[in-house]
Amino acid sequence: MAGKTLYDKLWDDHLVKQREDGSALIYIDRQLLHEVTSPQAFEGLRLANRKPWRIDANLATPDHNVPTTDRAKGIEGIVDPVSRIQVETLGKNCDEFGILEFKIMDQRQGIVHVIGPEQGATLPGMTIVCGDSHTSTHGAFGCLAHGIGTSEVEHVLATQCLVQQKMKNMLVKVNGKLGTGVTAKDVVLAIIGKIGTAGGTGHAIEFGGEVLQNMSMEGRMTVCNMAIEAGARVGMVAVDGTTIDYVKGRPFSPTGENWDAAVKYWRTLHSDLDAEFDKVVELDGSEIMPQVSWGTSPEMVADVTGNVPDPAQEEDPIKREGIERALKYMGLQPNQAITDIKLDRVFIGSCTNSRIEDLREAAAVVKGRKVADSLMQAMVVPGSGLVKAQAEEEGLDRIFLDAGLEWRDPGCSMCLAMNADKLGQGEHCASTSNRNFEGRQGFGGRTHLVSPAMAAAAAIAGHFVDVRELLN
Amino acid sequence: MRAFTQHQGLVAPMDRSNVDTDMIIPKQFLKSIKRTGFGPNLFDELRYLDEGKPDQDSSQRPLNPDFVLNQPRYQGASVLLARSNFGCGSSREHAPWALDDYGFRVIIAPSFADIFYNNCFKNGLLPIVLEEKIVDQLFDEAEASVGYQLTVDLEAKTVTTPAGESFSFDVDDFRRHCLLNGLDDIGVTLEDAELIKSYEDQRRKTAPWLFGAGQ
Repeated sequence: MAGKTLYDKLWDDHLVKQREDGSALIYIDRQLLHEVTSPQAFEGLRLANRKPWRIDANLATPDHNVPTTDRAKGIEGIVDPVSRIQVETLGKNCDEFGILEFKIMDQRQGIVHVIGPEQGATLPGMTIVCGDSHTSTHGAFGCLAHGIGTSEVEHVLATQCLVQQKMKNMLVKVNGKLGTGVTAKDVVLAIIGKIGTAGGTGHAIEFGGEVLQNMSMEGRMTVCNMAIEAGARVGMVAVDGTTIDYVKGRPFSPTGENWDAAVKYWRTLHSDLDAEFDKVVELDGSEIMPQVSWGTSPEMVADVTGNVPDPAQEEDPIKREGIERALKYMGLQPNQAITDIKLDRVFIGSCTNSRIEDLREAAAVVKGRKVADSLMQAMVVPGSGLVKAQAEEEGLDRIFLDAGLEWRDPGCSMCLAMNADKLGQGEHCASTSNRNFEGRQGFGGRTHLVSPAMAAAAAIAGHFVDVRELLN
Repeated sequence: MRAFTQHQGLVAPMDRSNVDTDMIIPKQFLKSIKRTGFGPNLFDELRYLDEGKPDQDSSQRPLNPDFVLNQPRYQGASVLLARSNFGCGSSREHAPWALDDYGFRVIIAPSFADIFYNNCFKNGLLPIVLEEKIVDQLFDEAEASVGYQLTVDLEAKTVTTPAGESFSFDVDDFRRHCLLNGLDDIGVTLEDAELIKSYEDQRRKTAPWLFGAGQ
């Protein structure tokens, strides 16, 4: 019999009941909650007169609607009354049911997918869910983590379980070594460019190979974060020394005997050598260039040294039409050089790229330089209050401010523009976020997905530029 | 949950692949704390020429005449015919809520994104996967014939055209059972409460670090 994959192990360890009809009950160790996808779930509980099954499995924070300025005002600082009600509702629900919430004024507040790992609330081997598709982020810790809908948020609150069908196993192996100036973000964009936005549908993706083994935890989080952009609800990386070192000493992490027992178990969380995958994709890390998305789907990416595609060269009529529609929306010409794309705004932040290493990467590029005059705005939004404090301790805030970037308070911000931070119609933005869908960052806004280093370089030049030229 | 057994309805063909959930219901409408009322903002950015705002009377807004759902022949459509990877992106359940609130009961496509597919079943909405060439045929027929209707039978797992041609589809037994009977799946899971408790007790012993930390 073939060995088990990491996904098989996590599945088996959390299987409460395998039903005859093929569905299964999977136990959930951690649920993260935010204000947008939880109110209807709490309301559902109340209407059915149910109580949360296990209070201590939940951790909540508002992130999507919070302003990134004037935070001293707390909830009163949320100008949009509808947004304010949503944040207040999360607070009321958590208070009513006794769920731990990092409220808007708490320094531990931040984007759910940043604060989970930061607090040690994300631990290897856990099953983690959240009403947010970027929950795949936590798979970087050898967790089975995925986004769910609001009905399932309610289901997990009420039963601590999720009804699941087992997915297929997929391995994405990135071999070799990355070149200078090439980051985790470029790796994941290159993967999505290769396998497409439905390439991982129905699969749990394990990311492996030398590049992932040598990657920091924050880099692994960036890669797993965007598994959903490749169609996979779940992205994972095996546990190793890097994982265990990262988890140690965090507020929710085990200590003493529990730590030792946990580490012993965590060390088993990798695919067996003879495990079989339903699908295997390999990439050569040394061939990956800094990536820039040119279209309206995360698979529409190009090397920074490349060009916007020409739809006339595409044989598949549906794809051709997709390219034509994207170019029209993005206001780009076929064959235009990527470095000729001029920018109006730069956004460095989001659950993909707002951790301390991301900010260091961007700061290293802008240090001693100035943001291009042609830019309307360049902003840096740290992923949590603690990331912000750490960055300030390292003097990164000064580097950004001196270069002419704005230094904001933590939240999802312009990744999806539910708060006041958004693009205007027709504006081009170099963004370290995860989605370049039409209107994602604002009505008519044009998003280009890039790494923090590439976004920083674009802020200096006012158009895309190969960051490796600035690093030399 | 509302049960789904059979449905016959007018088909609207949306000829575009990778329709994401941001497109189905843009973010500004996610601020609602209710499950209903999203219908007027379904496909908001495609459907209207102006920028939509929450709590606005959409009946007075300028319509995009090119958008399929604005064409007179598709008024009252309840079966959405779509292309591959429908519902990709964000996990927002507001997407099926908006489709449902607008009046759709069935979505047919060659493939769906996983989270969206799952969310549909929780809301009495039936997503049906059919082979690409069958979907192509249905697109041709729906566009060629005004008033084109399809009949869907979840019990028999079939989609039938007005000419009587029938196509089978797959759907997993548990989801089908819940949808046919309009079951609340939380209630179904709680029938196994003892099993969940005993799993949990065992887990407390073998992995105590997963319980009570940080409280």
